[in-house]
Order: sequence, then structure tokens, then C-alpha cells
Amino acid sequence: MADITPGLSDGPRGPKPKKAFSRANIILYGTLIMVSIYYLLPLYVMIMTSLKGMPEIRMGNVFGPPMEITFEPWVKAWSQACTGINCDGLSRGFGNSVRILIPSVLLSITIASVNGYALSNWKFKGSEVFFTILIIGAFIPYQTMLYPIVILLRELGLMGSIGGLVLVHTIFGMPILTLLFRNYFASIPQELFKAARVDGAGFWQIYFQIMLPMALPIFVVAIILQVTGIWNDFLFGVIYTKPATYPMTVQLNNIVNSVQGIKEYNVNMAATLLTGLVPLIIYFASGKLFVRGIAAGAVKG
Amino acid sequence: MTVISDPLMHPTKRPRRLFKNLMAKLASIPMILTAVVVFVGGTAWTVLYSFTGSRMLPKTNWVGLDQYERLWSSDRWIISITNLGIYGSCSLVLTLVIGFSLAACLDRKIRFESAFRSIFLYPFALSFVVTGLAWQWILNPDFGLQSVVRGWGWESFVFNPLNDANTVIYGLLIAGLWQGTGLIMCIMLAGLRGIDEDIWKATRVDGIGTIKTYIVVIIPMMRPVFITSLVLIASGIIKLYDLVVAQTGGGPGLASEVPAKYVIEYMFRAQNLGQGFAASTMMLCSVVVIMIPWAYLEFGGRKRG
Amino acid sequence: MSKILKSLLVGSALVAAPASQAIELEVTHWWTSGGEAAAVSKFADAWNATGNSWLDGAIAGSGGTARPIIISRILGGDPMAATQLNHGRQAEELIEAGLLLDLSDVAEAGGWADIVNPSALLESCTLDGKIYCVPVNIHSAQWLWLSHAAYENAGLDVPNDWNEFVGSAGALQAAGTLPLAMGQQGWQQNLAFGAITIAVAGTEAWREVTVNKNAEVAAGPEYTAVFEAMVDARKLASESNVQDWNQATNMVITGTAGGQLMGDWAQGEFAVAGQVEGVDYSCLPGLGLNDILDTGGDAFYFPVNDDPAITAAQKELAALLISPEVQVSFNLAKGSLPVRGDIDMSSANGCMQKGLKILANGGILPSGDQSLSADTQTQIEDLMAQFWSGDMSAADAQDDYAQLIKKAD
Repeated sequence: MADITPGLSDGPRGPKPKKAFSRANIILYGTLIMVSIYYLLPLYVMIMTSLKGMPEIRMGNVFGPPMEITFEPWVKAWSQACTGINCDGLSRGFGNSVRILIPSVLLSITIASVNGYALSNWKFKGSEVFFTILIIGAFIPYQTMLYPIVILLRELGLMGSIGGLVLVHTIFGMPILTLLFRNYFASIPQELFKAARVDGAGFWQIYFQIMLPMALPIFVVAIILQVTGIWNDFLFGVIYTKPATYPMTVQLNNIVNSVQGIKEYNVNMAATLLTGLVPLIIYFASGKLFVRGIAAGAVKG
Repeated sequence: MTVISDPLMHPTKRPRRLFKNLMAKLASIPMILTAVVVFVGGTAWTVLYSFTGSRMLPKTNWVGLDQYERLWSSDRWIISITNLGIYGSCSLVLTLVIGFSLAACLDRKIRFESAFRSIFLYPFALSFVVTGLAWQWILNPDFGLQSVVRGWGWESFVFNPLNDANTVIYGLLIAGLWQGTGLIMCIMLAGLRGIDEDIWKATRVDGIGTIKTYIVVIIPMMRPVFITSLVLIASGIIKLYDLVVAQTGGGPGLASEVPAKYVIEYMFRAQNLGQGFAASTMMLCSVVVIMIPWAYLEFGGRKRG
Repeated sequence: MSKILKSLLVGSALVAAPASQAIELEVTHWWTSGGEAAAVSKFADAWNATGNSWLDGAIAGSGGTARPIIISRILGGDPMAATQLNHGRQAEELIEAGLLLDLSDVAEAGGWADIVNPSALLESCTLDGKIYCVPVNIHSAQWLWLSHAAYENAGLDVPNDWNEFVGSAGALQAAGTLPLAMGQQGWQQNLAFGAITIAVAGTEAWREVTVNKNAEVAAGPEYTAVFEAMVDARKLASESNVQDWNQATNMVITGTAGGQLMGDWAQGEFAVAGQVEGVDYSCLPGLGLNDILDTGGDAFYFPVNDDPAITAAQKELAALLISPEVQVSFNLAKGSLPVRGDIDMSSANGCMQKGLKILANGGILPSGDQSLSADTQTQIEDLMAQFWSGDMSAADAQDDYAQLIKKAD
């Protein structure tokens, strides 16, 4: 009974609460608000700290609002913080991150969606075996694959290029994305597929004309997951590229981990928030679509 | 949940099986290559070299099981797997419980549902490095929670998990749960939305209480949702590394070391690839042991249905 | 004519890259703290001044983060033009695999064999008679840094050696000052162990254990005394919960801690903070007990490249890094000692003068990097991390240590 048709999945399904100020309601909202405080606390602390000057931070209270708001840490994090001898902050990494992000997201999602489609509608002998291997692959710590990947990229002549990094992101994004697409396409009524087959439609025709137009929610989920994962990636970005194409996270690491005397917590926090801004905006903006997509893709298991 | 074992039901005229379903096979080439070349190939390569004395560069100077003997006699490895055991079991149980409870709360036709949902989900957008730093800062005894509570007049208040070897793992847990529960909550919520309204009506008619309904009726119906969640949580736990590095660096002492960190540090800092590969092979074995029952449940169960 | 040509060729390493064609070399290093970044920019400025350009590939987070990146890039066939690595045994395998550029001709043209002092530095760059790296500085680890402010505050004289320091610790604690600042990272704790060993057990025992890997000495009475001294030191540092070495140094700078055991690179942090040796802080090489220092340090390696223009530029850079002017400016900023004895370091401050004097008198030991493999070092660091932050007894720690030495390579 886990089949879910995406269109029907928005409305709450729980029992209807009765009165506005019943005891149950007070407990319910009370709990939710308490839990929200726990979730919001770090964000609050990061924002407040990033708006304080260093003297105020040394005085101690991390939860207090700044007595004197300063945007200097943000300016410094974006355009002045030093990593090694380059003192141009995070700004140099932003463009690189975008250049890495877009092709990686496009390629990985394209491939995973076709995989998922083939796995759910065009099973062939061994397809489940490959899929199982792929899922086990999701559990392998990336770091142990560093050297094999280095050898692979060297043989392909892609080491050090953005193309190589795109390939790596595609490979490591494949397990979870394929799982999502496979589950989603499996939940689309088989009758549609069979009818198209009877009409003589082939593999690609069915994919582009029937499956793709119905797959918007799961594409949203895939895009969100990939944007987050690739944008936040440090390890692959630093190993499979070179300084001219380092993503923003490498600059973040350099700013946060190179302590110049005392730790400049305010600059670190501003840098952290700036780096996290892109995925954060996507999360807050996509809200309902994400749940809808998850409902469609993850639930079938 | 029916499976089309072979969509080409009509008898094909082509004699060779290889060409049956050709386009699907061609389209699956990227997946097959990834599975075979990267995951199987890379893993086999790792396992193979775990029987060598490779140092900085992979070499085929075979040493048998030496690396494994050393691994299991190392204090640090034992501490690492114990820590992962504690963190993993707490994280698994708590993530499922918290994720489900929050989803159940949100599913009760509340106001501001999307605001709450965004609040619970946003930490997932942040990397573990950011998560670790933020919580390191909040748990810092000189600036964070402890000093604030002391400032309120409770002078003897002690909350310093990150600098105490006995509690540091729970300090990691606080941060890990913060980052990971939102996604599970979302998945659970999606699962709850998939439950038919009629079920609720029926249980109300039968006079079954709300909480009992969740436990007895709803959770068993959400088995696939729990399995997906389990895969996501478990794969995150076993890869636990960035959070530790950012939040505690494995300290104090070796108190918050984890296996992935052991692997990486022995591969790169100690330049003992063989030792790192032996440790990652052990991690892989545990994954396979966990995954085989899962694969059986998934695919074995399907065939019956 | 041919003579001129020949002399040009001998000096070709210096002029091979035509001035009209600026070559950009990517240089990877992990020097990102304040003093370190100031020092590396001396290299970059000198290189840019030759008409070429320096592409900085700084990676923060010490060698542990940077090393997999460096090695992956070299193995992957897309190497940087030059990279920092600690000299010692780290690069042996890369050399054996033919991945690093042979610098013998540059070394010969520059007469490195005569100018590099101590000669052990050049030896650790040498494999099978060929030279593969440029040593750029000498770092020693056995220094005790003391805060004058902390001692004035407690009404005490600044100690002159490790024993006085331990003796004065009680009074410091009474004044609310942490006696010993210690970053909670294995390598720092191991550094403290090395420094205390040389001070307490003496150089003979140290050499026997570290260089000759004699496990019996490691289990013997000299080392028992070391581990007992470490238990005392552990008490002095028990309230220290900073992580990074320069955060600990900062506690000495601000006077919130009495002292720190750290290498001579701490010098750079004091300099950036505008502190003056002898007025604001003191430094005691060999912990004030022995006039002896080890000679670790950094070196640059040049991965093999198939573009002859880049290879020529790599050799040019190699010669530049060891040239007298660059050596002086770099080492003054870095707080380390130069690798050549023939240059004028009179502008160096008091601490460096002390180090230079010890170096000139030959009071040197090989560094741990040169004697122990990274693998053994990591295991010792693990042991030290366990020891310093727990309540492991001196006897247990000594047992474990002797075991590690027995298996060391």
C-alpha cells in the first residue's frame, strides 16, 4: 500500500484535531516549538556571531544579539580573507563552484534517470545485480576509492580537468539517484507503458514522451540532492582539480583551517554561511516540491 | 508492486538473447560500467592491495594477513569500531524515532506546517564540515552553552561534552542528529501522506487510540519507507568522517576516532596504504553483511509479490 | 665562443626560460598561518620578479590534508610544478617510481654540496647519488616558549630551563595561569614528547632509540625518567583545551599560559603579534638543558613534466629558492634557519641567533622524519594522543612505546 500517486500526496492524512486549545494541541505545538529551537539554534548563533566584532566575541555570550552590528566579517570572508598568499576570500571560488555544479548536476541526473527508467521498465538479465552492486557502492567511504579513481582518470586523460570532476560526481551520485528514479518510474501505472508498447513505441520514445513529462517531482528531488552534495563537496573538488578551478569549499577550508593567531570566529561563520547559501536558498524555496518528490521517489523502497 | 520481468512479452524474432532489449542495455552502459569498473573493480583493487605491504604507492609485495593482524591488535582501531557501534546504534534508533515522531506531529493538520518542515530540513543543506564547526562553537565551554548557563547564575553548571573522553561521542551525536533527521522526517512524512484516510476512519470506528494506531497499524504499513530510511541512515553512519574531523578531530586523545578516519589517516598521513586498505576491507565486509539481508528482503520479497 | 656557450649552458638552469615567455608554475604547499603565508609570499615575490608567475596552491590543514592531494595529482599524471613536502623519507617511493625531477645538474651548477649546511639536509634529498629536492629551511622542534607577562603577573622570574619551569608551575597555577599550553593533537603531543626526551634522557639515549631503533633502551631507565617527566607535564597541561598549535601559542602571547613546547615556527606567530624576544617572551632551545636541536625542515620537490619549457622553469625556480637573498628573506619571515651557512643572518632576532649558534657549533640531531617512517610516527602520535588526554600510567606508555620501537622501520 505504499504506492503513491504524486498528485494525491500533499494533504495531511492524520486524524483531525478537535479544538484549537485542547491539551493535545498545546503539547503538540509545544513540542514542535521546542524542537524548532534546537534546529534553529546553530543558524541563529552563526548569523549572530558573523555580525559581531572580535572584541565582542571574546566577551563570551554566543547567544546574545550583537551590540554593534558589523558587516565587516562578511566583506572579509567574501573578498579579503587570505588563503596562502591569495587574499581575495571566497569570491574566487564561487564561479568555479558554479562551473563544476551545472554540468555535474545535468550529467548525473540525465544518466541516473535513464538508468532508473531502464531498471524499472526494461529489466534485462542481470540488471538487478548491477543495481545491487550500485547500492552497496553507496556505502563505500569515498576516500578509499581515491586511488582507483586517480588511476581511472589518468587512463582516461581526464585528471585535473573539470570533465574529470564531473565524471566523479556522476559516478558517486549514481547509486542514490538511480534508486530514486527506479522507484519513481516503478510507481507509474504499468498500463501506460504497456499501451505505448502496443502502439509500437520504443525505449527512447516512451522515455521522452511518457516518462519524462511525468517525472517533474522526482527531478526536483534529484536536483536538490545533487546541488547540495556537489556544492558541499570538498574532497573531490580539491583532489581532481587544480588551484585555478578550486571550488568554494576549498577556499572555505583554507579560511577556516588556517588560523592566524586567534580564530576569527566571525569571519569563519560568515564564510560558512556564504558557502552554504546556495543550497540553503534552494531548500527554503523548494519546500513543498521536495516533500512531494520524496513522496514519489523514496517511499516505494 | 508487480514487476515486469520482461517487457518484451511478444515472442521476439531475433535468435540471440544479447540483442533482446538492446536499447535498454545500451542505455544502461554507464550504470554497468560504474558498477563493474568503479565499484567492483575499485573494491577488488582495494581488497587485493590489503594483502600487500604497500606504503606510499601501491605495490605488490605480498605480506599475507599481516595488515589484518596489526589492525586488530591496534588500540585505535578497537576504539574506532566501538565508537562507531555506539554512534551508529544511537543514531539509527534516534533518527528513526525523531524522524517519525516529527513527521507524525506535522501530519496532524497543524498550522505553519511548511515553516516547521523547512526548519527541520534546512540543516541537511549544510555540509558536515559546517555542522561540525557550528556545534563545536556552541558546545565550546568558554563561549557556548556552558558559559551562558553559568552567566544566568548557575555557576556549577557543566556541559562540556567535547572535552570529555566519556561523552564526546554524544557531542557528535547531537550534531549528527541535527543534520540528518530532517531528511528522514521528510521521507516519513511522505510515507504518512501515502496512508489512506480510510485507515484512520476505520481505526476510529474500532476505537483504537491514536498512538496505538501509529504503532500497530501505520508503522507496519510503512515498511518500505523505513527500509529506504535505513539505507540512507546506515550509509551515512558508516561514512562518518567529515563531522568528526570538523568537530573534534578525533579527540580528546583518541576518544572520538571512527573507522573511516582510521582508513584515511593510515592511507595518507602514515603512508601505509596496505593498513588503510585492510581497514577499509573490514568496513566493506560489514557493509556486505548488512546489505545481503536487505537485498534479500527487497528483491526476494518482490518476486513473491 | 663555445666557452661562452658552455658557461651559458652550465648556468642554463637560471636562464633557460626566455624572459619574453612568462611561465606560470603552480606551487602546492600547506603554509597558511599568518607567519607562514608571509614567508611563502617572499618566494612568490622573488619568482614573479623574474618575469614568471607563481600560481599559489595553498591547502590549509597541515600535511595530513595536503599530502593525499599532492600524491594523487602526481600519480594522476597532472602534477603541480612544485610542491612542498617534508624532506626525509616521505618522497622515496615517488622518486623510485620516476615521478620526480632529477635536480642534480642544478645542484652542481649551484654548488649545493658546498653550501648546504648541515650536509645531512642534502643527503635526505639524495637517492642513488641524484638530488631530487631543494631544502629551503631548517626547523627544529625542541623549544620552550615562555610568556613574560604570565610570570610577571605571578611575581616570578622567567625560568631558564625546563626544570625551573616545572618548579615554578605551582606558583603560576596559584596565580590562575595555565602553566603549559598544549594543542590537543597527536603531532603536538609527540613533539612535546621528543623535546622532553632530549632534555631528560639526553641525546645518546635518544639517538639509540630513534635512529638505531633499540627497543631495550626504550624500555630502560632513561626512558622511564622521560615518561615520568611526561606525567608531570601532563598535569601542567591538563586544563588546556585548544586544538591548533598557534592557538596554544596565542595563549603564551596573551599571557594566559606560562609556556609552550613547540618548534621554532612558533617564532613567526610572535613576530606577527609584534612581540619582542627577551621583552615579551623568551625562547629556550633544547629546553635550556642541552645545546642541541634537530634539523627537520621543508623541501620542495618538482614532479616530472613533459613540457621542456616548464621543466626549465622548474629548475630555475629550484635554483631561486636556495639563492642567498631569497633564503634570508624567507627564513626571516618564517622564523626558521637558512639551509646555507654562507649568508648574513645578522638581522635575525635573538631566538634565531641562538639557533644559528647551535647550528654553527654542530649541536644537531637528525629529525624524526629522517629516521622513522611516517607509519611509525603516526603510531607514536596515536600513543601520545592517548597518553596526554587520558590517565595512562607512565609504565604502560613506556611498554607500548618500546613495542612500537621494536617493530619500527
